[in-house]
Amino acid sequence: MLIKLTGGRIYDPANEVDGEVRDIFIENGRIVSPPPNPKVDHEYPVHGRVIMAGGIDPHSHIGGGKMTIARMMLPEDHIGQEFARTDITRAGVGYAIPSTMTAGYRYAEMGYTAAFEPAMLPSNARQAHMELADTAIIDKGAFAMLGSDDFFLRQLAAKSDFSAIKDYIAWTMHATQAIAVKVVNPGGISAFKFNQRKLDLDEKHTYYGVSPRDIIVTLARGLKELGVVHPIHIHGCNLGVPGGVETTLATIKGAEGLPIHLTHIQFHSYGTEGDMKFSSAAAQVAEAVNTNPNVSCDVGQVMFGQTCTASGDSMRQFVNTRSAYPKKWVVMDIECDAGCGVVPFKYRDKSFVNALQWAIGLELFLLINDPWRLFLTTDHPNGGPFTCYPHLIRLLMDKTFRQEMMQTINQDALKYSTLSTLDREYTLYEIAIMTRAGPARSLGLADRGHLGVGACADITVYDDNPDREAMFATPELLFKNGELIVRNGKIVKAVNGATHVARPSYDRSIERQLKPYFDDYNTVRMENFRLSDDEITDNGRGSLIIQPTKARVA
Amino acid sequence: MESEKSTNGANHYENVACPFCGMACDDLDIGPSGNGSLKVLKNGCARSVAGFERPFIEKSPEIDGKNVSLDEAIAAAARLIRDSRLPIFGGLGTDVEGTRAVMALAERGGGVVDHALSASVYRNVRVMQSSGWLTTTLTEARNRADLFIIAGSDINKSNPRFFERIVCNEASMFSDNPPKRTVIFLGEGLDQSAAKGERIGDVLTIPCKIDRIGEILDAMRAIQKGAAITADTIGGLPRATVEDLFARYKASTYGVIVWNPASFDFPGGDLTVQTICEFIKESNATSRFAGLSLGGNEGSPSVTAVCAWQSGYPLRVSYANGKPEYDAERYDATRLLASRESDLLVWLASFGDDLVPPDTDVPTIVLGTPGLKLKRQPKIFIPVGTPGVDHVGRAIRVDNVVSLPLRKLRQSKLPSAPDVLASIEAAL
Repeated sequence: MLIKLTGGRIYDPANEVDGEVRDIFIENGRIVSPPPNPKVDHEYPVHGRVIMAGGIDPHSHIGGGKMTIARMMLPEDHIGQEFARTDITRAGVGYAIPSTMTAGYRYAEMGYTAAFEPAMLPSNARQAHMELADTAIIDKGAFAMLGSDDFFLRQLAAKSDFSAIKDYIAWTMHATQAIAVKVVNPGGISAFKFNQRKLDLDEKHTYYGVSPRDIIVTLARGLKELGVVHPIHIHGCNLGVPGGVETTLATIKGAEGLPIHLTHIQFHSYGTEGDMKFSSAAAQVAEAVNTNPNVSCDVGQVMFGQTCTASGDSMRQFVNTRSAYPKKWVVMDIECDAGCGVVPFKYRDKSFVNALQWAIGLELFLLINDPWRLFLTTDHPNGGPFTCYPHLIRLLMDKTFRQEMMQTINQDALKYSTLSTLDREYTLYEIAIMTRAGPARSLGLADRGHLGVGACADITVYDDNPDREAMFATPELLFKNGELIVRNGKIVKAVNGATHVARPSYDRSIERQLKPYFDDYNTVRMENFRLSDDEITDNGRGSLIIQPTKARVA
Repeated sequence: MESEKSTNGANHYENVACPFCGMACDDLDIGPSGNGSLKVLKNGCARSVAGFERPFIEKSPEIDGKNVSLDEAIAAAARLIRDSRLPIFGGLGTDVEGTRAVMALAERGGGVVDHALSASVYRNVRVMQSSGWLTTTLTEARNRADLFIIAGSDINKSNPRFFERIVCNEASMFSDNPPKRTVIFLGEGLDQSAAKGERIGDVLTIPCKIDRIGEILDAMRAIQKGAAITADTIGGLPRATVEDLFARYKASTYGVIVWNPASFDFPGGDLTVQTICEFIKESNATSRFAGLSLGGNEGSPSVTAVCAWQSGYPLRVSYANGKPEYDAERYDATRLLASRESDLLVWLASFGDDLVPPDTDVPTIVLGTPGLKLKRQPKIFIPVGTPGVDHVGRAIRVDNVVSLPLRKLRQSKLPSAPDVLASIEAAL
C-alpha cells in the first residue's frame, strides 16, 4: 500500500531539511522515493502542517523493578487518573508513574515512537523487558547498569586484562538484551553497601580500592573499543549535591577526550554561592559541554508538581529520603549487582531550591549551543513526568511565556541563576534535533529519527499552532511503521513496539570466568541469568531490532 | 521460549528453576520417573519434591462433574463470565504469563483480581504504602550478611532451602575466610535445625510470642534513639534479653532481619512488619542493616508485580466500572463472596494441589492442577498444566528483583492457563 503525506513542512535535521514543503511517500512501513507514476492508496493532505520523525526519548524510567515499586507505593498517583479499557486500548492509570500500557499510549499521543529505559539492572533485566513488552505501541530499549556490580569491580581491582573487561561488558549487553551501558554513581552503590556514605570522583572504594574515575574511564574506553555507538551513559557522583558542579567538570576533564554522555546534568550543575549555599553553576557546565565535543548530555529538567524519584543510586537516594513527600520510601541493596531508591517528591515553584533547579535546567538548555549533543528529558519521572514535554518545549521556544512563568516562581532563586538574561528561543529545527534526530544518532538507531528514503515510517504530523505546548501535546497524526496510530491526539490503533539492542562482539570464553562466579556467589545460574531472544519476541508480543555496532578494537 | 535440550541423557534437565516457593531456586536437576512423572535428582527440598514428583494425571475438563471437551468448557466459562454481575478472579496460583492473561480477561469481563495469599502480601504492601522500607536480596544477603534475625517465621517450612543457600553457604565474595554468622530466631516454636555448618557461629532462640515481636522491635527503636527503658520485661522477655539482642545488632556490619508476612496472621500483623521496617530504616543512619521478606508462594510475587505494572495497583483491583479501582478491603475476594456481592468465582491454581477455593456456594469455575483437592464440585473444572513443569513461563522471585525462566519438562496434553484464559477472553 502506498501512502502519501501531501504538502507538509518537513523538519528533518538528519537530512538537513529545515521546513521545506515536500511530499512523503510510505510503502511497507518505510519512507520511499517518490515513485514516477504513483498509484497512491491513501493520501493525507497535510498542507501547512509540521512534519517530524516520531519522537525518541533517550532517557525515561518506564520499565523495571523500581518503577513497579513506585507504582505499588503510590496509589495517590493513580487515583483520579484511571483510564477504562476501550475497543483499542487497555485500561490503566497514572500521572507521574503510569502503568505500562498507559505509558505507551501517552507517549504515542504526544507524537513519540520510542523511549529508552536507562537503568536496567542486569539482575532485573528479565522483569524490565517484561514491563517494556507491556508498554504499548512505542519501540523501546534498555541500558544495562554496570560499575557497581561486584564482577566488574573485582576485575578492576584485580587489574584484569582489559580485553576480558570488554568481554564482560559485551557479554552483559547480550545477556540482558541491552542497547547501551549506564553507570550510576560509579562504584558508589557498592560502596554504600560497605557503609560508605559518599564517593567522590577520586575517592577510593573502601573494599575494592578503585575510584569512580577508574570506573568511568574503563567503561568509556571499553564501550568505545567495543564499537558500541552510544557512549557510556553517566549518572555521575554527587547527584543533587550543592557544589556537585566540581565533580561534573572534573568528570568531563577526566574523560580525556573519550566519548561520554552525561545524563540529567541539571542535577549535577549546582554551586554553593549565596546565603543558601546553593546556586546555579549551569554556565560553567554549559561552557564545558560547549568546548568538549566528546561530551553529550540530557538535561533532566525539573517540572513543578508531585512526582516520584526512582534511581539506581541507593547511596544518594538514601540521603534524599529526608525530603520524601509523601513520607515513605524504598531503598534496596541488590544482588551484588546494583541498588535502587524510590523516593516520592514534590517540586514546588515557591521553594527556593526547586525553583532554582527549574531555572538551572532551562539555563542549560539555553546555554548549550549544539542541540545534537543535548537531549530533551525530565529524567522521567525524577524531574517530572514525560507528559510535561510539550510545556517544556514551549518554555524553550517562547521567551515571553518563559518570562511569564519566571514571575510565578520563587524570586530569590532567580538571583542565583542567569536565566533572566537569556533571550534564546529554540526553533522547530532545533527541537526536532533534540527530540528525534539527536537521540537516534547518539543511540545508533540506523533508520529512526529521520525522514529520508529508507527510514522507518515513524512520522508525527503537528498543527503549526503558535501555542507550542498545545501543538506538541496533541499531534494531528502519528504513524508507526507506516500505520496510522494517533489522530488528533487519540489512539486509533494499538500495535506492539520493537526492542532495540546492540551486540558488540566478545570472546565466549569469558563465560569460563563467569560460570564459577555465578555458581559460587550468585543465587541465579548463569544459564538462567541470560535472556534469550525468544523472551523478547515472546510469541509475537515483541520483536528485536539489532542495531549495528562498529568494529571492535582489540 | 523453547525449553533447552536436556544435556544428561533423555529428559534430564539441569539448572531448572523451581516454581513451588518464592525463592525460585534454579539449580535443580530434574529427570523422568516413569508414567510422565518427574524426579528431583539434585538440589531438591520438601516443596520441590512434593511439586515436581506429583503423580502425572491428564484429566478432561468437566461441567457439573461430567467430562466435556476443552472447547465446551471454554464456551461455558465465557458464558458464565459474560452473564456475571461481578466475577472474581481469585486463587491466582500462576506466573507472569498467567497473570497477564488474567488481567486481560478481568478487564474484559469487568471483574475483581485478588490472590489467595493477598492477606499476607498486604501485611507488607500496607507498610510500603504508608512508610516504606530498606531491603536486600538473596544474593546480597548470601555474600554480605554477618547477622540474621529470623523474625517470627518458620522459614524452613515456607522456603526450605533458604538456610542452605543464603545462610549456611561456605563461599562469600568478600572474604576467603568469611566470619561466622550469628543466627537469631526471634519467636517461639521456630525450627532452627537448618542453621548449621561451618559458617554458622552463635545460634540463639529468643522464645517470645510472635505477636509481641513488634513490642520488642519498638523497644529496640527506643534504645537506638537513646531512651532509657526501665521495665523488667519487654514483650514478655526479660529486658536483658532485648538489650543483648540490641548489642548483637550493634556489633554486626550488615545484619538482615528476615520475615514471612504469612506468619503475622493476627489483627494488626502489618504493624509488626512496619515496626521491623522502621527499626531497619533508622539503623541505617549510621550503619548498614536490611530487611528481607520471604514466603512468596503460589506465585504471589509474580501476580502482585504484574498486576501493579499493568493496573498500577498491587492486587484487589476491580474493573467493574471499566477503570481500575483499588481498595484493599472492598475488593477482598473472601469478603465479596461472603457478602454475595460477587456471583461468580474464577479460581486459578496451577502450582500446588492444596490451593483450593474457599468453601462457597457461589458458582465457581476452576482452572486447576488435575489433582487439586477440591472440597466441592465446581460448576466448571478445567485441568491446566503447571508453569515450569508442563509449559514454559516466567516467575518473579520473592525479593522482587530477580525473575527466572520456567521450563517445560515433559510432554503434556494439559493446556496452559494463559492459553485457556486467552480462549475464554476471545469467546466473550
